[in-house]
Amino acid sequence: MTLWFLFALMTAAAIFAVLWPLGRRRGLGPRGGSDLAVYRDQLDEIVRDRAAGLIGEAEAEAARVEVSRRLIAAADAAKPDAAPLAGATFRRRAAALAVLIALPALAAALYLKLGSPQLPDQQLASRATTPMQNRTLDTLVAQVEDHLAQNPNDGRGWEVVAPVYMRLGRFDDAVKARRNALRLSGASAAREADLGESLMAAANGVVTDDAKAAFERALAYDPKYSKARFFLGVAAYQDGQGSKAADIWRDMLKDAGPDSPWIGMVREALASVGAPSEPASAQQPASGPSAEDIAASEQMKPEDRNAMVRGMVDRLADRLKRDGSDLEGWLRLMRAYMVLGERDRALSALADARRALGHDTDKLRRLDELVKELKLEG
Amino acid sequence: MIAEFGHYALVLALGLALVQAIVPLWGARTSDATLMNVAGSTALAQFIFAAASFAALTAAYVGSDFSVVNVFENSHSAMPLLYKFTSVWGNHEGSMLLWVLILALFGALVALFGSNLPATLKANALAVQAWIASAFYLFILITSNPFARIAQAPAEGRDLNPILQDIGLAVHPPLLYLGYVGFSISFSFAIAALIDGRIDAAWARWVRPWTLVAWMFLTLGIAMGSYWAYYELGWGGWWFWDPVENASLMPWIAGTALLHSAVVMEKRNALKVWTILLAILAFSLSLLGTFLVRSGVLTSVHTFASDPSRGVFILAILVLFIGGGLALYAWRAPLLKQGGIFAPISREGALVFNNLFLTSACATVFIGTLYPLALEALTGDKISVGAPFFNLTFGPLFVPLLIALPFGPLLAWKRGDLFGAAQRLMWAAALGVVALAATFAIQRGGPVLAPFGVGLAVYVMIGAIIDPIERIGLFRQPFAVAFARARGLPRSAWGTAVAHFAAGMLLFGVIAESQWNSERIVSLKPGESVSVRGYDLTLDNMIQRPGPNYRELVARFSVRRDGAVVDVLEPAKRTFPQRQMSTTEAALMTVGASQLYLSLGDIGSDGAIAVRLYHKPLVLLIWFGCIVMVLGGALSLSDRRLRVGAPKPARHKPSLQPAE
Repeated sequence: MTLWFLFALMTAAAIFAVLWPLGRRRGLGPRGGSDLAVYRDQLDEIVRDRAAGLIGEAEAEAARVEVSRRLIAAADAAKPDAAPLAGATFRRRAAALAVLIALPALAAALYLKLGSPQLPDQQLASRATTPMQNRTLDTLVAQVEDHLAQNPNDGRGWEVVAPVYMRLGRFDDAVKARRNALRLSGASAAREADLGESLMAAANGVVTDDAKAAFERALAYDPKYSKARFFLGVAAYQDGQGSKAADIWRDMLKDAGPDSPWIGMVREALASVGAPSEPASAQQPASGPSAEDIAASEQMKPEDRNAMVRGMVDRLADRLKRDGSDLEGWLRLMRAYMVLGERDRALSALADARRALGHDTDKLRRLDELVKELKLEG
Repeated sequence: MIAEFGHYALVLALGLALVQAIVPLWGARTSDATLMNVAGSTALAQFIFAAASFAALTAAYVGSDFSVVNVFENSHSAMPLLYKFTSVWGNHEGSMLLWVLILALFGALVALFGSNLPATLKANALAVQAWIASAFYLFILITSNPFARIAQAPAEGRDLNPILQDIGLAVHPPLLYLGYVGFSISFSFAIAALIDGRIDAAWARWVRPWTLVAWMFLTLGIAMGSYWAYYELGWGGWWFWDPVENASLMPWIAGTALLHSAVVMEKRNALKVWTILLAILAFSLSLLGTFLVRSGVLTSVHTFASDPSRGVFILAILVLFIGGGLALYAWRAPLLKQGGIFAPISREGALVFNNLFLTSACATVFIGTLYPLALEALTGDKISVGAPFFNLTFGPLFVPLLIALPFGPLLAWKRGDLFGAAQRLMWAAALGVVALAATFAIQRGGPVLAPFGVGLAVYVMIGAIIDPIERIGLFRQPFAVAFARARGLPRSAWGTAVAHFAAGMLLFGVIAESQWNSERIVSLKPGESVSVRGYDLTLDNMIQRPGPNYRELVARFSVRRDGAVVDVLEPAKRTFPQRQMSTTEAALMTVGASQLYLSLGDIGSDGAIAVRLYHKPLVLLIWFGCIVMVLGGALSLSDRRLRVGAPKPARHKPSLQPAE
């Protein structure tokens, strides 16, 4: 409400600025300076210059004649200006009325189209205190980074900083840190699985071949290592092998102890592929994945989940329409369309991305890589 | 609420600009003083609303309100406070807002201080100013709105482009814009005069101070930008003939030509058609510069975001104003009566000479900048027109101009005495030759160009001050008399001498820097040394240091001369995690006007760091020259003649005196 009151005041001030000169009763003659003053001053200047000895008598005389001629011409031109004006009152009223109506109308129309009056300010000070924590986190990270820059062989340090990178969303750094930890502190199921997780995060949640290899290495060290198993399930699901994923997860549940913390997560994952938590023996065909499989599992999903995914994809598409420079966003969008089975949309997103990324050959190359990976073209 | 307040203020500013664009013009057509008066108050109100809008955006930046898209994309909560201010214009939307703010500022200044102008001229000029402003308000609101919002504010912003996180950026764009946009006033006056059909000697005097102000700011802005590129980009160069630099140089040259031709018009009522054309061209080139930089036609650090719709919009503005201005000019200019006649050898002749060479130089830059773009657009071929082209064309055009420069002020109006002027310049020429010979002797086998350049620079500097020295009778009269005469000399004469002297300084700096620049590029490990021109630099150690929103690798060098440590230099490489970018921070050591320039390259696999070390003799003269040139402009601006014609308040406004 205060906002609209403020807007009203501002509009009133703007209208006042226009009406004020219109309302003043002033002489009708032209106000302000005229060229006569300039020429008179030029004459004075010639006198001054002559007195100071800056110009000779002959030049001064010639200049005086010239300026005088201009002065006379200007004086002649100035005279007819003072004629009385017809229709002044009408013009004044017309202008005032037009401004009174047009100015607020235009301002309101434009603002309502462009503005977001419903949004409050969200200044840093008034937002939650998370940024303050972030800042201390930043300095902590900086300290650890300093330490690691000087002792790059401290495997323990890399291990400490890696999860922080993950939290900060610096996934490429996290991958680097975990590779270092692996190299320096020796391989183990946990380290391999952590590396796989970072790789996956760096690829926007897609289990790449690298990540998959890391999870498989982890299982070589400990066949029951739950994190690696879970993500291999995700990998299977992403490859379109929903039933295989469900099998992996169900196996996990079978092995789960009563206090395994990840039980809930696995159950959810199972629900999301539409499979019951308990083994359902012959129902699922064990054969390879097919489009029907995915479509079937899609249908089995609850409506709202579907809508939620749709909404997220739409928002992403919307954002990219406004700012097309975000390569990662495009990659994610195209993958999402392919997962949803909307090849046409993926293709049109590809065309949009090519247009938006323009001449950036580096990004275009990565785009082409994805196209190959998804077998999108040809 | 602050952001929405700013948004609405911007919308209202557009509304007021539209009123200001129409009503005063109507008043001028019907000689209605009341309607014409609307121009002044709307110009002021429009400025106030534009300023409020700008202040609101600044508040959003300072408070890190990431619900404003623009702030989210170009700020970071950990950024130092100064850069929160500067990042307001360190992006496309904000810088366009600054652009219109300055446009409105100049309109308001004319409204406030233009009381010496004829009412119709003032009303028309402010109306034209408002057309330009309306176009740019629309551009901002429709294609690059700085007040777009996000419902859920992200936790952290994306940070400002690290290259722009520098004190140079704080000053460079506002100065440059004050210059660019300042020429809009000359343009508005030219269009207003063409609409009115009355262009005479008085017009030139009214326009001159505004042109001078714009020219001064543009000079400072270009100098600042050049110095910034010099120490921030890490290449040690101060001018790259980069299209973006050229875009700012072209209006400067046109503005310089305009300043000189306006003198002829004021004094002699001649060159009227030409002066009007220059006024239109100077601003057209400013607009062109804005278009080139903002549309993404050129990619550089200035291209914050390239979006085809913006380019098309600016192109439309460009066509409208340049095309419209030139069309009006073609229609009206033949109506202008030609004024005084003059002999080729005269002050006027010298100024025409100046204009001829300046416009040729401007055309050279224009071709060198736009030809590659046009070629690429038409055929897809990429060619690069670099420094060699400009050095070979721009340089030779400036040599005769500089040789002729001291003659100008020594020649009389109408008919001058070339031989007499040459005689009076004997001293300057003699000293120039001495400097040439001395340079030859000292450098023994150095660059051939250097002695001639130094000789020319000395000649220009001495030649520039000969005129005032003679006029006040220094060395011939007792000092007291000379001093009294010096005070009596018009300030504009002093301004001319100082600005021309500065041109010599600038040339001296350019010659010294380009001919005697000494460079070492080496890879160093801690403990190793490199020397240049008697300075020995030892890399002591390298350390990592955290900054507020970056981390830097600092290399500490001690500088020794004859074994004694004279200074410690700390060039650095900064890494900004938010943008995954790094910048180089060059370290400078100033000795007199010369500088030692040290910047870091990459670290090799063996732990050695690449180092670029330059010794740049007298390089600071380049920027000192620009500053002195601006001082000359300021002296000229303070001349009382430029303010003449203001009606004395007591005579013209008795009715406004408050009854006490």
